Amino acid sequence: MEINISRDLFDHEAELAVANRKLFQKMGIIVLNLLAGPGAGKTSMIRSTAPLLKQPVAVIEGDPASSIDTDLLNSLGIPAVQINTEGGCHLEAPMVSKALDEFKLEPNTLLIIENVGNLICTAGFPLGESIRVVMVGVSEGDDKPYKYPDIFQGADAVILNKIDLQPYVDFNRERFQEGVRTLRPGLPIFEVSCRTGRGLSEWSQWLERTIISLLKEG
Amino acid sequence: MHELALTEKMLRLVLTEAERHQAEKITKIKICLGELSGIIKDCVAYYFQLSARDTIAAGAELEFGLSTAKLFCPDCKLEFEKTPRDFNCPVCGGLSRLTGSGREWFVESIEVE
Repeated sequence: MEINISRDLFDHEAELAVANRKLFQKMGIIVLNLLAGPGAGKTSMIRSTAPLLKQPVAVIEGDPASSIDTDLLNSLGIPAVQINTEGGCHLEAPMVSKALDEFKLEPNTLLIIENVGNLICTAGFPLGESIRVVMVGVSEGDDKPYKYPDIFQGADAVILNKIDLQPYVDFNRERFQEGVRTLRPGLPIFEVSCRTGRGLSEWSQWLERTIISLLKEG
Repeated sequence: MHELALTEKMLRLVLTEAERHQAEKITKIKICLGELSGIIKDCVAYYFQLSARDTIAAGAELEFGLSTAKLFCPDCKLEFEKTPRDFNCPVCGGLSRLTGSGREWFVESIEVE
């Protein structure tokens, strides 16, 4: 006997993400899922962005092991909670809701979830975020949108970090931008350097505008 | 390696469906997989073998229908399959747009006894 099912297996993830989103709304917080490969500069980005925002920032750190990033952020006065996935390659929605128990977050907080460094699996597991940002460092190469199309399709913004290194690496900006905009026309791309501070004000202004409009929507 | 988590979820879904129909054994699972889904077929097959071992789905055949990513060139009004190299139109060389095809990951049907 053949039983017809026709069910999208990503639907289950979407349902878990909806549950998280309701929880975030109840708490009155805005959640940003930060996606990038290892070493793109996610923690540096959080560290550089937090002082530029009016809203309080808190962080959930996802790493296979260690509390290096969490310790750093906490020492800078940015409250952070660590999730160790014990080798797992991405965060899943229930891990995030569980980690929230370890925080006391004020309304209007921007909660940044620094996902596990990975451009593949993280794309398929929504966490209930309302802002999804993909970050790439120029040293990783301009071919990333062509090699990892899925992650760029779901993004609300792209950050191209380490732009100060561009003269030293073969990075074709046009090729990168064309790839990103084929996948998602009109997607904002912010060229920044967390090291020199270049481009950070444009990025943080965009982020602040986005947060304010999301808070208004409720 | 996220295929493990995804395969376990797929297994739960088919077991629930089989139970609803009071089936004693699942013999075949038909899956549709898109080339942009980020899921590797061989990994799913491997993890399935391990996860299904002690269930009524043990030994079930996995039949994969693979869906290719299609692009659309707005200038030539041409739909074509994505090449591994880039997103360019094979006729005019211009940049194309992705269509919905290629992101699938769903169970079409199961065969049970």
